[in-house]
Formats: sequence, structure tokens, C-alpha cells
Amino acid sequence: MIAATNITKRFGDYVALDDVSLEVPDGSLTALLGPSGSGKSTLLRIIGGLESPDEGSVQINGEEATTISPQRRGIGFVFQHYAAFKHMTVHDNVAFGLKIRKQPKARVKERVDELLGIVGLAGYAARYPSQLSGGQRQRMALARALAVEPRVLLLDEPFGALDAKVRAELREWLRRLHEEVHVTTLLVTHDQEEAMSIADHIAVMDHGKIEQVGAPRDLYDQPANSFVMSFLGPVSKLGTKLVRPHDIALSQHAIEGAAQAMVSRVVHLGFEVRVDLMLAEGQAVEVQLTRHEADELELSSGDIVWLRTAGAAALRA
Amino acid sequence: MTLTRRWRITLRAVALGYLALLLLAPVGVIFYRTFEHGVGAVWDSITTPAAVSAFWLTVEVAAIAVPLNTIFGIVMAMALARGRFRGKWLLNAAIDLPFAISPIVIGLALVLVFGVNGWFGGALADAGIKVIFSVPGIVLATIFVSLPFVVREVTPVLREVGDEQEQVAATLGANGWQTFWRITLPAIRWGIAYGVVLSVARAIGEFGAVSVVSGKIAGETQTLTLLVENRYGNYDVSGAYAAATLLALIALATLLAMTLIKPRREENE
Repeated sequence: MIAATNITKRFGDYVALDDVSLEVPDGSLTALLGPSGSGKSTLLRIIGGLESPDEGSVQINGEEATTISPQRRGIGFVFQHYAAFKHMTVHDNVAFGLKIRKQPKARVKERVDELLGIVGLAGYAARYPSQLSGGQRQRMALARALAVEPRVLLLDEPFGALDAKVRAELREWLRRLHEEVHVTTLLVTHDQEEAMSIADHIAVMDHGKIEQVGAPRDLYDQPANSFVMSFLGPVSKLGTKLVRPHDIALSQHAIEGAAQAMVSRVVHLGFEVRVDLMLAEGQAVEVQLTRHEADELELSSGDIVWLRTAGAAALRA
Repeated sequence: MTLTRRWRITLRAVALGYLALLLLAPVGVIFYRTFEHGVGAVWDSITTPAAVSAFWLTVEVAAIAVPLNTIFGIVMAMALARGRFRGKWLLNAAIDLPFAISPIVIGLALVLVFGVNGWFGGALADAGIKVIFSVPGIVLATIFVSLPFVVREVTPVLREVGDEQEQVAATLGANGWQTFWRITLPAIRWGIAYGVVLSVARAIGEFGAVSVVSGKIAGETQTLTLLVENRYGNYDVSGAYAAATLLALIALATLLAMTLIKPRREENE
């Protein structure tokens, strides 16, 4: 388990982390999610020992680690831009930590081959990083970090530099890898979809503070505040309530007490249909319908509809 | 920016003409004039005792000054690119002093500090060490004038490479020394190589500062550049050309050596 307790970090006058505490359970894949400047990378770097906190402490597996150098912390760290050792082959990159530990040559080769197999780079051992694609380089970086059998794996926006398709593939792959290897993993991302799709725990950060920690579904359904709610997904404002756009149902018949609105635009996005509405008092509202719902309503711009909230998550604005 | 064909050709011609006129022509003339009277005459001219002594002195001075400046340059570049400390801007500016100050002034400054009537001159003379009008003075002057090259070549490379590879190495268990040898040094080796080539060229080619501190004693404190000047002054023009060609050949040999140790594969992105 990783425990960061009451961490404060300042850069000059700027407070990057303000009395933050976080626990990452053993064997979990936890995401630190937040906009840029929220302090998530700084927290990750402090846990990894690449940055030292002004106040607070870090414990890894119950051991005090605050002042221990990254060299002896037993961590694996993966950077957004891979940090590949460009002058070494893929094999030598992955073998680096093992060679530093003076493992016998045969053992190193065996372990590197095994890891390259796990990350799907068998047969690439003799190549140089410049001959790999971005996704392959990042998988090599993961193999390199896993080679030394770290107690925790720290990933700083690992898929941030990749294009959307590769990113989605690697997310899936990381999820499966984690089920196989089960090393406690902390991942920094600004992409809520990424956090939701791979993490079993999410800590949402904003302005150097943790706003809420929980399972993805709980955060989505029971956000602690409007920031968490709007960061985890689209939000529509209905009167004084914040609602998910898919939690609004439309009716073409008048409903007692329901808000009345005019359809301003209907956008078909495959399975999902997005309807832009204008409330009587002039406020814009976005609603998400399934294709079926939209077909039944036969909406077109200019129609008058009544809105009611259908789902669970709703906050007072 | 797109240029018409005519403009491209004109620009190319101007650039090549400029190079030819200012660089290739003078160097070419020296080679031509050197070998005008055959290889035998050149050989005789560069194997006189004074010439041989000047050659070895030049090599010796460069062999001391360049390694020292290389080590110093790497340390300084690490400090400038990675370090956070007060007065960094001052250090950064100070490193360029040898570029800013005329070599003659550097030579005179060394005389003022180490000369017989200088600050340390008396103490050094009592200890039996002669700096000015002797080899140590030439070495000091050469170190001074060739100091900025490695720093200035390596610092931007270090900045561009960034420190993430070093941080990864640390998380993989490497200590500072291992990280430097296995990660940092290979990443900056071309910056160092270019810095060394430039330092060697400057070290063997230095005239002004060396001329002030050397005393120009033939066979003792006369470097190749001083020999060229001496022969030219004594109307031994072909002798001067031969010595100049020898100088140029040392520089070319350094450049060639650096090119040869460069690996076949370029590992850039």
C-alpha cells in the first residue's frame, strides 16, 4: 500500500499540493485524475521520490519512504514521453535495472525475453527505440520498469503522447497486464474516460487538493461536488439542479411542474443522439438520448417538449 | 517560403562564392605554395630541430589543455543545465570571457599575475617554478582561450536531452555515478566530440596570448603558430607555408578521428 499523508508542496509562491492525503490499496490500479495544474503529477513525483515534499510523509508498504532516494524506493516510473535510453537497444533498455543489480547474464536475458513477451515486443530486442512506434516505446518503458519487480508502479500520463486509437488499445492492454502482474499501480491522467475505463479507484484532484476518492461508478453517480460531477462527464443545468444529460427524459405531452423547452438542434452521433434545447427562461440545456428514444419522439428543431430528470446523480448547483 | 528556381540558384552561388573566396581560396593557396617546390623541400622544412620541437610542444600543450577543458566543460555544463543555485547567470556570463577578451590582453593579464613582478610570480620563482616565458605559461594561456568550447557545445545538448532518462535510471536503481556513465555521457557524447574538435583547433591555432607569455625561445617555447610567424618575419615564406600546412593537418587529423569514432547508426528520433 502507498500512503501519502498531509503532503504540502510549494514552488515559490505557488502551492502545488495543499495538505493532501491519499491511500493506494495493495494491488489496486488507482488513477489520479484532474485538470493540468491540479497537482496530480507533483503528487506522483513525490511518491516516487523525484520531488520532495515541504511537509508530510510518504509510506510504501508500511515503511517510511519520505527521505529515501528513488534509487532505493522500489518503484517503477513511466513518463509520458517514454524516457527511452536512445543509445541502447530494446533489450538493453529493459535489462538496465537488472544489470545495475549485477544479475548473472543468463538470468538477465531470460527475464528480458520473458518481459518482452508480456508486453508484446518479442522479436524487437535488437532494435533501437527510434525504430519503434510511440505505443511500442511506451510498452518497452513499462517492461523496463517491471523488470526490477517494483513494489509500486507509477505512471505519469503514460498514454498522453499517443494518438486516440493507440491510446485506447494500450488502456485495454494495461488493464489486462495489471490483472496478470497485480503490482500496485498509480496512474496520472487528465482524461476521465481513461480513468473510468482502467482504474478501480479514482482520486479526483483540483487546485492542489483531492476532491473525492472512490470507485469510478460511485464518483459518477454520487459526485461530492459540482467540480467532480462536471469533470467526470457532461453536465446540464436544469433550474437549480445539475444533471447528467442522459438523465433527462423528454415528453411531447405537458407534464405538471415540468420545465418546458424548445428544440434548437438535433445531432445524430450514431447510437447517441444529442438534443440542444432552449428553456422558456432562455437557458440552454443539452440532453442525450438513445437512438431509439429519439426515433420514437421524432424530434425536429422548433418542437416544444417537457423535461423531467430520470436518473440518480443530481446536485444542487 | 518558396523561391523561384532562379533565386535558389543565385543564393546558392552567392553562398558558395563567399565560402570559396574567404575560406577555400586562402587555404588552397597555402597548400599549393607549400608543395610548389616538391614534397622533399617540405619534408626538410618541417624536420628541422626547431620545427620538430615546435610540433611536439604544440601537441603537448593541446594534450594538456584540451582534456582539462573537457572535464571542466562537462562539469560546468551539468551545473548550468541541471543545477539550481544563486549566481548561475554570473557563471554563465563568466564562461564567455575568453571569447570577449582579446587574446593579447589575456596574455598580458597572465604576465601580470604570474610574471616575475606579478602577484604570484615572486612566490613561484622562489619555489623554482617558472610560468611566464616557459611551457606552463603557454599551457595556461591555451586553457584560458579554449575554455568555453566544450561548455557551450554540451550545455544545449544536456538541456535538449532533458533529465527524464536520468530520473528513470535512478528509479531503476542506478546511483549518480552509474547514471552519469551509462545514461548522461552517451547522450551528450556528440556535443562533447564537437566541443573537443573546436577546442583542439583553438588550442593549436592560438597565437596572441601564447605569443605574449612564451618568450619565443626557438626549440623551447616556440609553438607551431609562433614558428610560422617567425619564419614569415625572416622572409622564409615557403618554410612558413610548410609549418602552416602542418598545423592544418593536425586539425584535419582531429576532425577525422572524431568522424571515425562516430558509430554507423544515428540514434536520433
